[in-house]
Amino acid sequence: MELFRLSAGQAAGGIKSREFSAEEYVCQLLERIKKVEPKVNAFVTVNSEEALEQARALDKKIRDGQDAGALAGVALSIKDNICVKGLRTTCASKMLESYVPPYDATVVRRLKQAGAIIIGKVNLDEFAMGSTTEFSRHGPTRNPWDISRVPGGSSGGSAASVAALECAASLGSDTGGSVRCPASFCSVVGLKPTYGLVSRYGLVSYANSLEQVGPVGRTVEDVAAVMNVIAGTDEHDHTTAAVGARPVYSAGHDGGRRRQQQQQQLRVGLVKEFVEGADSAVAKVIHSAMDTLAKQDCRCEETSLGAVKYALASYYTIAMAEASSNLARYDNVRYGFDDLNPEGYEWNSYFAKARSNFGEEVKRRIIVGSYVLSSGYYGKYYLKAQQVRSILRKELKSLFKHYDVLIGPTMPILPFKIGEKIEDDPLKMYLVDIETVVANLAGNPAISVPAGFVAAAAAAGDDGGLPVGLQMMADEFQEQKMLDAAFLFEGAAKVQRSPEL
Amino acid sequence: METKIGLEIHCQLTGVKSKLFCSCSCDYRGKGANANVCPTCAGLPGTLPLLNRKAVECAGMISLALGCKIPDEIAFYRKNYFYPDLPKNFQLTQYNAYGITSIGVEGKLEYGDGGSKSTRIRRVQLEEDPGRLVYEGGSMETSIYTLIDYNRAGVPLVEIVTEPDFSDPKDVRLFLDKVTSIIEHLEVCDTKLEGSVRCDANVSVGGGGNRVEIKNVSSFADVEKALRYEITRQRTMASRDIEVKAETRHWDDARKVTKESRTKEEEQDYRYFPEPDIPAVVLGSEFSSSVMQLMPELPDARKDRFVLDYDLSAHVAQVLINNKELADFFESALKTYHSPKEIANWIVTDLMGFMNEKEERLFEGLKIGPEHVAELAKLVDQNVINRATAKQILGQIVKTGEMPSSVAKKTRASMIDDAGALAQAIDSVFQSEKAAVQDARRNPNAANFLLGKVMQLTRGRADPKAALELIQKKLSEPSS
Repeated sequence: MELFRLSAGQAAGGIKSREFSAEEYVCQLLERIKKVEPKVNAFVTVNSEEALEQARALDKKIRDGQDAGALAGVALSIKDNICVKGLRTTCASKMLESYVPPYDATVVRRLKQAGAIIIGKVNLDEFAMGSTTEFSRHGPTRNPWDISRVPGGSSGGSAASVAALECAASLGSDTGGSVRCPASFCSVVGLKPTYGLVSRYGLVSYANSLEQVGPVGRTVEDVAAVMNVIAGTDEHDHTTAAVGARPVYSAGHDGGRRRQQQQQQLRVGLVKEFVEGADSAVAKVIHSAMDTLAKQDCRCEETSLGAVKYALASYYTIAMAEASSNLARYDNVRYGFDDLNPEGYEWNSYFAKARSNFGEEVKRRIIVGSYVLSSGYYGKYYLKAQQVRSILRKELKSLFKHYDVLIGPTMPILPFKIGEKIEDDPLKMYLVDIETVVANLAGNPAISVPAGFVAAAAAAGDDGGLPVGLQMMADEFQEQKMLDAAFLFEGAAKVQRSPEL
Repeated sequence: METKIGLEIHCQLTGVKSKLFCSCSCDYRGKGANANVCPTCAGLPGTLPLLNRKAVECAGMISLALGCKIPDEIAFYRKNYFYPDLPKNFQLTQYNAYGITSIGVEGKLEYGDGGSKSTRIRRVQLEEDPGRLVYEGGSMETSIYTLIDYNRAGVPLVEIVTEPDFSDPKDVRLFLDKVTSIIEHLEVCDTKLEGSVRCDANVSVGGGGNRVEIKNVSSFADVEKALRYEITRQRTMASRDIEVKAETRHWDDARKVTKESRTKEEEQDYRYFPEPDIPAVVLGSEFSSSVMQLMPELPDARKDRFVLDYDLSAHVAQVLINNKELADFFESALKTYHSPKEIANWIVTDLMGFMNEKEERLFEGLKIGPEHVAELAKLVDQNVINRATAKQILGQIVKTGEMPSSVAKKTRASMIDDAGALAQAIDSVFQSEKAAVQDARRNPNAANFLLGKVMQLTRGRADPKAALELIQKKLSEPSS
């Protein structure tokens, strides 16, 4: 039996019922990782020994009849900007090459408590700044559907490792689409929670006011299961909302039953601005996704979100401003990397020397971010960007009076070739985030669900085609509605499959 | 020439046990380097600040005591600059340029004799202290390497900024005394701890003169000196038509002069922006009243009470209040023996003479407690010893810590309370001083001479009042 193909739910079920042991399951995944990593390069660190130890301990717990937890034995990969105690956390940067955190992020602690096994740390764009996972100290991660293409980013390692069957699920982080973009490019499910629903304690900050940790899985059900474990108020994070008891999400047929009981149609709004800017092949998939939903008795119509045109400018202003300050602490004085002896430096020149080891994209964002915060420009840029945010929030609020979910493509384009966009004007790369940044600016939850495959034009030899993701966005803290819609679509569209590697 | 002086006072909230954004202890003095440090105050990647509500409460007390308004909502800003003592290379503080976010604004403090003077308080803000840089083997200039101790990083700090309302350095000292007494009374800051209070001053001489900032003044006592020096320097320059540069100068404690900063501090752009990890803190209208409830008695109220309840003079009350340690000593002594005027006088006129005002702690090196002074006052009140003897005893017990009664017994200093013994002494003086006795019979004032002789004979142990009565009685008797 190929255990590595199992969904998180199936794996936990099998391990708890002692159909197979957690150790067998983890062993198979480690073999799979060994086999496909040379092609995919999703992992920065494989946590083999400890994962096996954890698995054995869990097996013993189950034999002893103890409660093994909701995610018993489920192997997850963790984006390398989320702290796991004792495991190197590099953020794919030279600046944190030898940094080993002395504490677990809250999300990691909760996963461990639920019986999950941390199988390794996965690749990203340096400090989560990028949309392709090319800006990494550890080399680019490749798209399992076509290894000459990018997996999306910045949580490219998360999505690729899940798509390539190297783990059942993963935790990524989403600042401007970093979970949803790679989920779309790799044909897996990726969710960005409502701001404040999931703790950021232990997530290395890129842009604090925008980002959330979010799960990646192969099914909507798995993503909901991980959410059940990681969501909820955290005393270590003032920005977590007082949601009271841990929210419990379900993804299953009960969503349909709930609607039937309440005699409610699911109201779906297709945001025309999202489709207009997309490639025609992508737009076609999204239109047929709307047809699929309509056939499922959803009330579908086209709608408009005018403030989208200001979203990218606002997003990059805020993200870079916050980043410029967040990344100031990386000076190699307290932790960092090993090979820069401070002997002979005055501290100012040491800081400059050490900080020259950031990658080009990170430097670019630090410089722009410092500029927009400098005295005299604050009102012109940062404050204005915040005003756009509240306009966007208001507009969305009023739309969600009429719709349960707003949909559009997650990415306006198909996964492109590695190297295709980084040589170019960096602004062009920023443009691909146009669909995703809206949810971060407004704080709303959003999910990317596989919507179909299209053949890459002019790309000879492409067999199955390239993935397209459908993005669904819901009102604040309406994750359940969004999961219901995603589950409904997933079941009807039937696009879930795995790449040949 | 008009002189304008403004102050920036920093005081550590040592009364709050833990740091401003994590649960590490604030008590770093005498601890090993980097012993009070956790992932959060070390600024490790992924950590988030958690606001200490107790610190907000203490800063609220200071704001109210300085007559400030407390806004309904406060927030924190990042002040971005690179320095090795900052674990995050930014400091969390408060900032009012884009709307009021600091805990206190627009206050006013009266000080001086009977509150005859006043200074406006621009703002009171809450912020984190940076770590401490240790220059091994000397100063920043001479040391070849620097050690960093982050024990202090994150200790809650309150910054009090005044308007430039002072013109006389002496007023600055009176103001600082008052502020010290207030924060001592609020029990938010132990001002006696080294480095717990710091003061920067800015001064400009002559209308529109450039502003010079004086830093590195390590004690409040030196602020007045630094200002006097700086005013003289600026006046001298002005009188010679030399322009005073707008600059930051450092106080040289050893040479008692202000010096141009060796390291050129260029105009910094701190790129302030609101801390995204701490949502705005809504205090609401109840905050002020609930903090008011928590506030202990403030110096002004205590002084009024001393005058009213204990019948002390305004001056004596003020001297006691100026230093909370003295006022507490006084009230503690009253618990043992309730004679407020007597005890207050002993403290203010006699005991203070033994105190070294240079010492941070007034009672440093003195072995005397409130119970000693209480007993001393009692012995005098009850005529067991006279005032002169009491003074001698005081001089002795501040060094030894013995109780006054036991010293009095040991040195046989107790009054001769035996009427027979006293009469004997008087008889003997009448025998030897016949001429003076004759004189005194005609001139009652001359009786004092006889009293002196009696005191001499008894080595001061006679109760002068009783002795004088006996002498007068004896003089009025027909001579034998």
